[in-house]
Order: sequence, then C-alpha cells, then structure tokens
Amino acid sequence: MMSVPVLVFASYADAFGARTVNVPVPLPCTVADVVLAMRALPGGHRLPGHVLVAVNHAYAKPGTAVGHGDEVALIPPVAGG
Amino acid sequence: MTSPERGALVQIVGSAIDLNRLVAHVQHDGVGAVATFLGTVRDVNDGRHVTGIDYEAYQPMAEAEMRAIAAELGAQWEGLSVAMVHRVGTLAVGDVSVAIACAHARRAPAADAMRTAIEALKVRVPIWKREHYAGGEWTWVDPTRGVVSP
Repeated sequence: MMSVPVLVFASYADAFGARTVNVPVPLPCTVADVVLAMRALPGGHRLPGHVLVAVNHAYAKPGTAVGHGDEVALIPPVAGG
Repeated sequence: MTSPERGALVQIVGSAIDLNRLVAHVQHDGVGAVATFLGTVRDVNDGRHVTGIDYEAYQPMAEAEMRAIAAELGAQWEGLSVAMVHRVGTLAVGDVSVAIACAHARRAPAADAMRTAIEALKVRVPIWKREHYAGGEWTWVDPTRGVVSP
C-alpha cells in the first residue's frame, strides 16, 4: 500500500500524537480520500466533521487531486492575531 | 527613500517584532499616511485569566497567504504598500504577536487596508494559538467554534 505524508498542526497534532502522519492511500487520489483514510487511523476519531486541507500551501477542495510529491496538510481552525 | 514598487514584507518570525522595521519598509516619498496595527497578548479571554500563549504556524503557507492578502489589498488600493509580520513561539501577556503597516498617499486607504489586512489574517492565515491559564490548564483556541471557514 502506498502512503502520503500529511502535515498536522496544533490540536490535530495532539490528536495524532505526531506532526507528520503517513496515510495509507493509493496515489493519485483526492483530498477527500486522504481525510477519509485519516479518520480510520489512531486519533482520527478526534477530527471534526469538516476538515480543511491544503495541498502545496493552498487551500484545497475535497476533489483536489493528490499525487506523489504533493505537500498535504490538515489545517485546524486558524487563530492568528 | 524606498521605491513605491517595493514588494510587500510578509514574515513569520520567532523573536520580538520591531514595528519600526515594518514602517521603514512601507515608507517612501509618495506616502502621506502610514496605518499600523499591533496585536498583543491580553490577560483575559472568555473570562479566563490568560498567563501566556504559544503560537504555531505552517510557515510556508502562512507566508503565502499573507503575500496573497497583500496582493489583494494592492489590487483594491492602488499605490498601497504593505508589511505584515506574525510571531510564533511562547509569548507572555503584553507581547506583540502580530504587526501590520499599510502606507498610502491618503489616510483612508491606509487605514481601511490595515483593518482589512488584520481581519483577513485572522480568518485565512494558518496560525494557531494555545492559551495557558492560571491554574495550569490550556486549550487550542478555535475562533470558529466549529463553524467552517474560510
């Protein structure tokens, strides 16, 4: 099984107990596939019902493609300022 | 003097923010108004006594989003120059967490752009804060309280 490394931050990093999570998914896939796979991982049940995802430093949609070499990150509710 | 074509200054930094550096960046001879904003750590939030805040950022994306905000402001107000710097790490009450400077020939665009910049930063830029409270508890702040944005 292939996997994609996903960056997690703040409360999501606490949920997974890591800052990078290797998510088992066939590549290429979509953002929605990555999120679905992450919910099945230890700690994944702590994710909220809707999760924002960034691909290559830009907010992505559920249908956005994810392939080898893409930088994928889960973005918890932001709280800058 | 600096040129009005100078690009926006956007940065995530790990140490104290010097507002004068931002002002110097946006200043040039065509500027008639510089509007600045400082966000600081306050001692109470939602009725709880805050003792400090840890800020965390997804640095490359945070800087990309701040650059995008600066570009959007520049498209809205021609001739605007922008500097936005956010600090990460452990901050104490009173520390400056974010600084913004917007300069324009006229005061209204400078002030309006500054306000627009901080509001956009708070909803779009991937930065998080963990508040520490008297008594030792802490929590990651969720300003959306579960409502999805952006």
